[in-house]
Amino acid sequence: MSETTATAAAPKGRRPIVPFLRLPDGGEPYLAGQRCGGCGAVYLGQRLACAKCLGRGPFSEVPLSSTGELYVWSIVHQSFPGVPVPYVVGIVDLPEGVSVRCNLVDVEPDPKALRFGMKVEMTTGVSQQDNEGNDVVAFYFRPARN
Amino acid sequence: MGQGFVAGVSMLKFGRYKDRDVTDLGGEACLMALDDAGLTMRDVQYMAAGCLMQANAMVGQRILHEIGQTGIPVVNVANACATGSTAFREAYLAVASGEADVALAVGVEQMGKAGLLGGGGGGSGIRTEGVVGSGLMPAVFGQAGMEHMRKYGTSQEQFAKVAVKNHKHATRNPLSQYQVETPLEQVLGARMVAYPNTLLMCCPSGDGAAAAVVVSEKKARELGATVRVRASVLTSDPWSDRDLTQPDVNTLTRNAAKLAYERAGLGPEDIDLVELHDCFATAELLHYENLGLCKDGEAGRMIDEGATTHGGRVPVNVSGGLLSKGHPLGATGVANIYEVVTHLRGRAKERQVPDAKVGLAHVIGLGSACTINILSS
Repeated sequence: MSETTATAAAPKGRRPIVPFLRLPDGGEPYLAGQRCGGCGAVYLGQRLACAKCLGRGPFSEVPLSSTGELYVWSIVHQSFPGVPVPYVVGIVDLPEGVSVRCNLVDVEPDPKALRFGMKVEMTTGVSQQDNEGNDVVAFYFRPARN
Repeated sequence: MGQGFVAGVSMLKFGRYKDRDVTDLGGEACLMALDDAGLTMRDVQYMAAGCLMQANAMVGQRILHEIGQTGIPVVNVANACATGSTAFREAYLAVASGEADVALAVGVEQMGKAGLLGGGGGGSGIRTEGVVGSGLMPAVFGQAGMEHMRKYGTSQEQFAKVAVKNHKHATRNPLSQYQVETPLEQVLGARMVAYPNTLLMCCPSGDGAAAAVVVSEKKARELGATVRVRASVLTSDPWSDRDLTQPDVNTLTRNAAKLAYERAGLGPEDIDLVELHDCFATAELLHYENLGLCKDGEAGRMIDEGATTHGGRVPVNVSGGLLSKGHPLGATGVANIYEVVTHLRGRAKERQVPDAKVGLAHVIGLGSACTINILSS
């Protein structure tokens, strides 16, 4: 779907792990939201109509902040074969009013290291290669450094 | 709408049946439920079959190939973990609408040793699990529990007490997949799956089948069936702030509960026993509040005080719940009906809730679906 569009914008040999991660040439990666013109609800990814107000849009793309607050988290110790454990996962609330599901990095997989509402910031990295050998770029959140 | 009565129920012990298949297990459950009702396939005018993992394989019709091909309408239902309870509701609606006097609902599943569910990559061939957060059920329900912890200060220990309670309840249920008590230290000390849920705070996977016969008022009178469906409600997830990112299992349950109590003309204070969707220990506490069994923020205290233990104010999951009885997806919702009906008939033997007159069965399927059935004797 919209993945084609997103991939086209990325340099050859790199692709984002999800369509709403944008990798602009020479710019900082960012997450893109779709804002409903009727009620202001923001979505990750396209909607045919607004799930909140039912309006048919128009939707406009909004770049999302790279910092947010950790809403909830978990530490996964058992996963699919081949997925390294443990890893820290969470839901991050962004100031634009949308939440993102993500992995948290640069933090110990220990409940004591995690705090509800802690400030986090986005970072990116190559998570794997796809079948054609392109780098798959993923976004992560980590404790904010400022 | 007319009324629906449950004239017969059945449940096969949940566990592993590696030498049998879903038509065989489902067929046996159907015949047992018909025997229980004093009816035969000749009497059945409508059938709804729930089997999630073979949703495209005409399980209902294949069951009829084994137990009687009478040419009746059959629908095959898939609604995630609410598959079986949705099939029950379809059977109820067939009767309540006047289309059928006798309808059969069956739920069946063979999961074998299928492990973790959820966390699919969306078919792109790129792995997102463990990269873009987790879609695995233990983590999703772990996070749902963490939300409760964030709001109300609920502790991991309080969640763990749910597992202690339900495992203990299961020791009185011969149809439960596991029948082993697990003290609190053992639950907390078990291998962590996804914080705060340890292995003993996660439901097992397994096989199973259950069936129920729903009949009209006229037929119920003939058969002497007295358990009435007071409400049979299905909701989907309405828009809520984080639902698309972190499935909101609360709002759709609250909507279903409100509607079910209204239709039944009853309130939470009238409920004598509850079978609710404890796929993970964290989930159970959320649903105490969602179903109105206690006020918001009081679920932790409710488990501490033993209010939901057998003998408490409102016993929850006296069957052992999904945590111990097991959770063969398609069978679960019908098995809940089996449990509630068995108590309302006073046939639950050593786990009988004394004088049970009204019972509530709740199921959640992620994606999301919620069913609530309220039954009374």
